[in-house]
Amino acid sequence: MLRYLVHRILVMIPTLFVISALVFIIIQLPEGDYLTSRITELQAQGEKISHEKIAFLRQQYGLDKPPLQQYAHWVIGMLHGDLGYSFEYNLPVNEVVGDRLFLSFVLSFSTIVFTWAVSFPIGIYSATHQYSWGDHGLTFIGFLGLATPNFLLALVLLYFANVAFGTSIGGLMDPQYLDQPMSWAKFGSVLAHLWIPVIVIGTSGTAGMIRRLRANLLDELEKQYVVTAHAKGLPPGRALLKYPLRMALNPFIADIGSLLPQVISGAAIVSIVLSLPTTGPMLVHALQSQDTFLAGSFLMFLAFLTVVGMFVSDIALAMLDPRIRLAGGIRR
Amino acid sequence: MEQGARLPHYVSDAPFDPYSIETLTPEQERFFLASQWRMMWWRFKRHRLAVGAGLLLLGFYLAIVVSEFLAPYNLHSRHNRYIYAPPQQIHLYRNGKLQRPFVYGYRLHLNLDTMKREYTENTRKIFPVRFLCAGEGYRLWGLFKGNLHLVCPSRRGTLFLLGTDRLGRDVLSRIIYGARISLTVGLVGIGVSFLVGLILGGLAGYYSGWVDSLVQRLIEILRSFPELPLWMALSAALPVDWSPIGVFFGITLILGLLDWTGLARAVRSKLLALREEDFTTAAILMGARPSRVIARHLIPNFMSHIIASATLSIPSMILGETALSFLGLGLRPPITSWGVLLTEAQNMNAVALYPWLMLPVVPVIIVVLAFNFLGDGLRDAADPYKA
Repeated sequence: MLRYLVHRILVMIPTLFVISALVFIIIQLPEGDYLTSRITELQAQGEKISHEKIAFLRQQYGLDKPPLQQYAHWVIGMLHGDLGYSFEYNLPVNEVVGDRLFLSFVLSFSTIVFTWAVSFPIGIYSATHQYSWGDHGLTFIGFLGLATPNFLLALVLLYFANVAFGTSIGGLMDPQYLDQPMSWAKFGSVLAHLWIPVIVIGTSGTAGMIRRLRANLLDELEKQYVVTAHAKGLPPGRALLKYPLRMALNPFIADIGSLLPQVISGAAIVSIVLSLPTTGPMLVHALQSQDTFLAGSFLMFLAFLTVVGMFVSDIALAMLDPRIRLAGGIRR
Repeated sequence: MEQGARLPHYVSDAPFDPYSIETLTPEQERFFLASQWRMMWWRFKRHRLAVGAGLLLLGFYLAIVVSEFLAPYNLHSRHNRYIYAPPQQIHLYRNGKLQRPFVYGYRLHLNLDTMKREYTENTRKIFPVRFLCAGEGYRLWGLFKGNLHLVCPSRRGTLFLLGTDRLGRDVLSRIIYGARISLTVGLVGIGVSFLVGLILGGLAGYYSGWVDSLVQRLIEILRSFPELPLWMALSAALPVDWSPIGVFFGITLILGLLDWTGLARAVRSKLLALREEDFTTAAILMGARPSRVIARHLIPNFMSHIIASATLSIPSMILGETALSFLGLGLRPPITSWGVLLTEAQNMNAVALYPWLMLPVVPVIIVVLAFNFLGDGLRDAADPYKA
């Protein structure tokens, strides 16, 4: 187990490095940089900017250095926990993002828990009642959730919640807690606001999970040991839960890996619609205004979240299933 | 009995066919002689839902060829007097008598308290719906002049079956035109990802070794990236001065370039298995070049699987385009896709006051569902030899 753990961590490090390089390249792709667009904007407003000032700003932001050096500076900074400098806000990225990173994490985590909590019982029901009306109906609802664009669902839910409860449920907490330090009251307010985004983002992943659990469980239920268990008079509940379900659980754990990118993607767009103080809205804005380090740090954080999530799911899988850790580095 | 005497035994002299046990009924013969594709077709036909979904999609794709004919209005025609008009209902009965379909005209009233345009039906104005009629002139595919429409409003009236938007443009017509872009985004995108996935997956599976591990690492890295933020970053990188058509191809390229990983994986694992088969070894021993072995012997063997999994990944592209356009990072007007149309319904006001602006989501849902069902059926049919 320890060997496997070390191996997985060693694989993770170069992956993160390549991702950071990719992120940096993508962020640098648009022509010009933050300063050039800022300067054209200022000139369009009729303001004059002296060459010295431009040169000074360029040097200040480190934009005069070759890209490789900028990259090195950024990565080394990140290793120290310094995410760089946001041009637009004129503040270190660390201060701009505040608890956004943390709230993004909370949102993704709760969404995954929700997806599991919903798809687990439905998957079991669908498998044990194959081809019943319940099975068809639930599968169809799952598909519908998959096919509806998240942002629209968010809008509609937002509207109906507004009509039904009379309060605005946009955002992730009541306004009075916005710049407050974390407290129990704030935590409760976050919880009260969290359910809409969680449901909205969760719907798109639930269908896949249900179908996978259903297919796996059906495969297991056909096997002979299940027949034997029934023949020997094991109560149906035990004959389902004790062995077949455990076997069918493996892919469920392994799926965090593929679920996480999906959840994070969903969270990004839903956050924009619901104006949640997570990474999504700020990321879009930073991308549009070429705020290199802010956008880069957000992308990096999202990718980091995914990679770590996959790592956790691999470790959990290895603990569940000895075959996987004995096979060494081979994944899936 | 005497020694050497023959034992009496009986032989039936009725005609006997020693191969009788091996002869096949005509059905069996048909089954055993059928080609792989024919068997897939038989199997696919059993999957009712998938067949239905396939027919529906076929209809959709045929419809985008003649959008100009199907839409009652042109894509950009504005009706200044009908801004945010709600859908007009089609009536069949008037004074209890059956008539040809007609709509009532609208009476506009500007509510000065709420500053909202309120439309009420004016039951004295009757506009019969015309079929196969001359309406607004258009250029089919931008080439041929025409003015034939499937339905048009009566000469002096209007026909907004799904309402109008903030510029008084007919939502139904815009949805029909939008299908053109939305449906082709998926196809072009999947074409790109198909090509990349086939080449990279093929290389990885055929050569294995360091090529394989390189491609594998690449796939792992791309997969550990949340799609949408990456799409957003890439489409934000598209130059602002590109023409709308350029942006369209840029977006499809972005969607396709990030989607090939699943296909490449499928190709690779299939190739790894097929490489060990005898017929591959035979081909290699007979001196076939790798390109011939891959194209002639290996690809036909797993093509069906690849097509099935490609079908299943079209929906994510359509949804991706919709999401990107909705955020304003994807396609831009005058290019009209369902996502672009949905940007109109971006705030709560639209949901509360003009809910018909959300209607473009209906075809999105239908198409995504249909592709999912079709893909499911194709996947089941892809391996017809399995029981």
